Amino acid sequence: MKLSLGLAMLLALSLAPSARAASEADYKAAYAAAEAASKEAAGMRNQWTVTVSALAAAKRAADGGDFGRAVAAAREAEALAKASIFQAVSEKEAWKAMEIR
Amino acid sequence: MNARIHIPLASLVAALVALALTSPDVVAADKVDPVADARAFQNFFFQKFPNVKHEDFVNGPYSMNEDMKRQWQEKEEFPPYEFALEAGKEMFSTPFKNGKTYADCFPNGGIGIRQNYPYFDSGEGKVITLELALNRCREANGEAPYSYIKDEMASLTAYMAYTSRGKLMDIKIPDDPRALAAYENGKRYFYTRRGQMNFSCASCHVQSPGERIRAETLAPALGILNAMPIYRSEWSGMGTTSRRFVTCNSQTRAVPLEPQADEYRDVEYFLSYVANGLPISGPGARP
Amino acid sequence: MASSIRVRATSTGDITEVQTLIQHPMDTGLVKDSKGELIPAHFIQQLKFECDGKDVFVADWGTAVSKDPYVKFSFKGAKKGDELKISWTDNKGGSDTITAKIA
Repeated sequence: MKLSLGLAMLLALSLAPSARAASEADYKAAYAAAEAASKEAAGMRNQWTVTVSALAAAKRAADGGDFGRAVAAAREAEALAKASIFQAVSEKEAWKAMEIR
Repeated sequence: MNARIHIPLASLVAALVALALTSPDVVAADKVDPVADARAFQNFFFQKFPNVKHEDFVNGPYSMNEDMKRQWQEKEEFPPYEFALEAGKEMFSTPFKNGKTYADCFPNGGIGIRQNYPYFDSGEGKVITLELALNRCREANGEAPYSYIKDEMASLTAYMAYTSRGKLMDIKIPDDPRALAAYENGKRYFYTRRGQMNFSCASCHVQSPGERIRAETLAPALGILNAMPIYRSEWSGMGTTSRRFVTCNSQTRAVPLEPQADEYRDVEYFLSYVANGLPISGPGARP
Repeated sequence: MASSIRVRATSTGDITEVQTLIQHPMDTGLVKDSKGELIPAHFIQQLKFECDGKDVFVADWGTAVSKDPYVKFSFKGAKKGDELKISWTDNKGGSDTITAKIA
């Protein structure tokens, strides 16, 4: 398959790993942030199952030494946790729109 | 008549403010009115499904689909919940180690009372569900409580529901601000979106009854607890209200709360109240 | 101990309709328990309905039949008052049998 230069660059960028490999320190920071957000969501009684499993996946990857994957999973867990917090906050008012009156 | 009335602006504003604060109509939007809620709730479903008899709503998906209704009627000739029902009857009449029975904990010996649950306990300030009351009865008599999501509780509540079959749901909200708060809390829970899938109970059971979620036909929210507990083919067994709340949560990818958590008790209170007047059809069978 | 077999058989004219609900775990052997161990297969292998000494319905089952199986069928040649014998055997050597009168 003949690739144009632009397409080839795009492909290379998307497939290339990050400029430097993730370190254990990177993972610990990412996990701490994710765990904090997850705890906040749990405190609001609005935890998502996928947040919990992403955090667990991060830990598993880190235990296996794959810090790149661990950081990615931790970031996903943080994003999911934050989304669940956003959901809990916005639903405080938004639920009324669904109410049968 | 053409009188010119000069009203000083300040006193006009004061008068309007006073009117707003005291007028019931202006405050009504924020005041909790379960009677009006229930009427609106029932009318919503009665109008959405004009061909479904009011008392039929308690049969969930079977009221929504003719073919399923036919299958269900056949199934009722030999219901799959029979074994759980018999086990429940036996459990109910077997004395505890101290010689007492469940009948000692409940009004009318526990027979024909299911339609009164949940109720608001003014002493405790909380909603008491039937499952909770049964476990409290056990603990008060020196027995270990049953899991809210396993077979024993399902069998017990199946028997108690059976003794109330045909009786109309009759949930009371006493004139107590805490009871109203619990009711409102349950209502809020019902309509609040949760989980990664961002569904509320209403997403399926108010917006889409009769439609499908994957291969299942969705039940209307009206009367949805009247058939509990249910034998679910999906579970190959009997399940309690607690079990259903917990699994519904995890199905929208929300981490479930503990069975009989305040929110669950309150939503059971709300859903049962708005179904007042509809018959108890438990124990039930579902796909 | 109560029988595992519930049966209802009714005759209309020449046709007898039989409904049966059988209490049996019908374990496939593929499911793990809470400790992570496989629950061994435990299922009905043969279910037989006999009327007047003749087999009117025989089923050879495997693990694909669900827990607490329900069977409904009709057959000709019996009448009210006749006796219907239902029996099953399973892969663990278990069995049960019951006789019911056709109503």
